[in-house]
Amino acid sequence: MTSLLEEFQYGLDAPICLTWELTYACNLSCVHCLSSSGRRDPDELSTDQCRELIDEFERMQVFYVNIGGGEPTVRPDFWELVEYATAHHVGVKFSTNGITITDEAARRLAASDYVDVQISLDGATAEVNDRVRGPGSYATAMRAMRRLKAAGFAGFKVSVVVTRDNAGQLDAFQAIADRFDAQLRLTRLRPSGRGADVWDDLHPTAQQQRALYEWLLGHGERVLTGDSFFHLAGYGQSLPGLNLCGAGRVVCLIDPVGDVYACPFAIHDAFLAGNVCRDGGFAQVWRTSELFADLRRPSSGGACTACSAYDACRGGCMAAKFFTGLPLDGPDPECVHGHGDAPLASVAAGTAPRPSQDHSHRQHRTGPVPVTIGPRPLSPASVVPRPLSGPNAIPRRPPDRACDTNPLADLELGHSEMPVDVAG
Amino acid sequence: MSTEDGRFDLDGAWTLDERVSIRPERFGALLYHFGTRRLSFLKSRVLLDVVRGLAEQPSARAACAEAGVSGTELPRYHAALAALAESRMILRRSP
Repeated sequence: MTSLLEEFQYGLDAPICLTWELTYACNLSCVHCLSSSGRRDPDELSTDQCRELIDEFERMQVFYVNIGGGEPTVRPDFWELVEYATAHHVGVKFSTNGITITDEAARRLAASDYVDVQISLDGATAEVNDRVRGPGSYATAMRAMRRLKAAGFAGFKVSVVVTRDNAGQLDAFQAIADRFDAQLRLTRLRPSGRGADVWDDLHPTAQQQRALYEWLLGHGERVLTGDSFFHLAGYGQSLPGLNLCGAGRVVCLIDPVGDVYACPFAIHDAFLAGNVCRDGGFAQVWRTSELFADLRRPSSGGACTACSAYDACRGGCMAAKFFTGLPLDGPDPECVHGHGDAPLASVAAGTAPRPSQDHSHRQHRTGPVPVTIGPRPLSPASVVPRPLSGPNAIPRRPPDRACDTNPLADLELGHSEMPVDVAG
Repeated sequence: MSTEDGRFDLDGAWTLDERVSIRPERFGALLYHFGTRRLSFLKSRVLLDVVRGLAEQPSARAACAEAGVSGTELPRYHAALAALAESRMILRRSP
């Protein structure tokens, strides 16, 4: 019998779950924001357009959507849309920095089976968190978590992007999740959106990656990973999860203006499949896009084919390769066997593709990077501001989310023999 | 629910949890439980028929027979149903 993994490679009639970014507006300016969010885009989908999209999800039986942004809850119609989705059998998990989680919101959320909440936290201490997410953001997240717990919302998610600064705090993150009756979720830092600017300074070291892998092997049962660390399977043992790049096969991203991308981390014209308003609706894009058809064809391992770990890691993350300037059929920049080092060294400075959109708050584009990353000095490349025009201009960057959610968020798949595979 | 030793009662009456949604796919179906937020995969169309038949048939064994599952195949479907009960996708009901 064909394995599920093989089935997934050919794509499904509808995504298992998808990420939907409702707005680029955000009260924060996280240095690693995958969607370079900050300011609202004037062309963001209207409430009616959002409702139509939800109707389409219902017809396609998209079981649930991961809503993000930006900070999705700052949209005035946010709660209305959540209610509309759940009334139409589309479950919602939304990512938030916690800013709008009042006591009353927490009570409403706790009362719904169909809504899950994910609080973004990138440091187990205010010091580490606020360096990346901005002053006061740790306190905001903690306040939201206290309120959710007080309202009796057990099992909400605490979502952490693992960085060089917080990789040593995994036990502390677990303790925070335990304290609030929440579940810890760890995901990989991607060089997408503003993440490209801080990648060199913030992506975990090889030693930290190894420690993370060991930690996940020991704690995998309790921790969600959005399946984002499958490149670590190259160490030898698969982590719980799909261990497959689901881009365009089982997941995708719809951005605030209705553009459909292969995955939330690949917001670039090269991965744009169509638009839900202009191209006949979401189902049409999902089922007939040439880009997605391409992604669903078996791919060659390229330079990785000869590597004994290829079956395990599958060459790693498409988006991580793309935005670091590496070929898509070669090793991941964080290849655990170090095969990414030589190709990375040969990428000429400034030639890696840049996001095609940028909704950052303006001070981020005109001034120096306002947030200091960690105690060690930044490399010059990430500190020197680039001009807005001219040959070294900052190209417009792709949208992404403040709180990066892999669309496979809850799909921690366990494989039983057959014919049932159960995910939890 | 399956009993404590993990066995599944084929002769009991079962039904799909009302919070579970089924989406047929080429390889079988996807099941999603809105309460537990768990996803399950049915890796054959026959199993999908079995699951859909549970509520109408007096027992899981009868639902298997109705879907054309023969004797030698039964253990596989037994195991699949046990896994579904384990994850609360299907529940005991009064016969």
